[in-house]
Amino acid sequence: MNYVIMILGMAAITWLIRTAVFVLGERIAFPPLVRTALGFVPVTVLTAIIVPMAVAPHGHGAELTWRNPQLVGALAAIAVSALTRRPLLTIAVGLAVFFTWQGAVLPMLIR
Amino acid sequence: MTPHHTRFKEFLAGARDTIPMMVGAAPFGVIFGTLVTSGPLSPWLGQLMSVAVFAGSAQFIALGLIASNASFAVVWATTLIVNLRHVLYSATLAPYVSHLPLRWRLVLGGLLTDEVFAVAWAHFRRRPPGDDVSPYHFLGSGVAMYLNWQIWTVVGLLFGAAFPGLQSLGLDFAMVATFIAIVVPQLVALRYVAAAVTAGALAFFWQDWPYKLGLLGAVAAGVAVGVALSWPRGARTAAAGASR
Repeated sequence: MNYVIMILGMAAITWLIRTAVFVLGERIAFPPLVRTALGFVPVTVLTAIIVPMAVAPHGHGAELTWRNPQLVGALAAIAVSALTRRPLLTIAVGLAVFFTWQGAVLPMLIR
Repeated sequence: MTPHHTRFKEFLAGARDTIPMMVGAAPFGVIFGTLVTSGPLSPWLGQLMSVAVFAGSAQFIALGLIASNASFAVVWATTLIVNLRHVLYSATLAPYVSHLPLRWRLVLGGLLTDEVFAVAWAHFRRRPPGDDVSPYHFLGSGVAMYLNWQIWTVVGLLFGAAFPGLQSLGLDFAMVATFIAIVVPQLVALRYVAAAVTAGALAFFWQDWPYKLGLLGAVAAGVAVGVALSWPRGARTAAAGASR
């Protein structure tokens, strides 16, 4: 039952963080500099999450090689997204390249 | 006030715009459920975590900490640090919800994950903030993402034991592909590219920092680069020259 307390504590912390600005919003005025800065948050957060996942998928050192299916799949997804800007197509092609590379191309090339 | 059928249409549009994120989050939900069944938490506690916390990365890290017998204080402190980025999300969206009643803001805030933020921001950023901004698109996105997370957690809990190799298969690549699909269309000017490249490179070099602090540092540096390149006129040239 102790774990219930731990989980509810996590939930309370997460909810307070997420709602704080929404609730206090009218008392918080954001200067133009802060607004400009916030405009760069989504792009930087998402990129900061995915680059280590694609470049170093095993968490120890860069794998900048065609033997890294995460990197190959990510480059394919970037190309499709840059050319078409269509999210579902980007994800579908990225996943297809990733699984093909991992399951079929790499075993063949390495053998 | 918008009529009922318009609200419902906006709700559905929000859910529809979230489908790519739901696809991307699905493997994480399944893997989370699978990890729960191989750890000290009973399955219903794993589901309770998804229902009450609804924050993927914090949930994964909590499982790791529980497995290594960390104290509750450490789990809570880590939850705080890992989720701090949500302050930036809600600050970005605040102008679009400030006119809503408190109960709306509490609900929408509670649903504000990385993915819902990305969808809501893409929806709002093209229109000016004001009293006529409807919250139903945001709500539809949040509810869709929430139900999606619950369903895939259940799937992971029920069938997780049958797929012991799920994590080594590399299904988390779906997350990478999803985020690429969000980020690349937003790189509409050099300052966004520079901010993203800075954040991505530093996040790689700083990935061994504890508690994901390297991620926060990389984001701060990327944002600083973006702001420096956004300064008007003479200041921009000076900042660009200084940073070279």
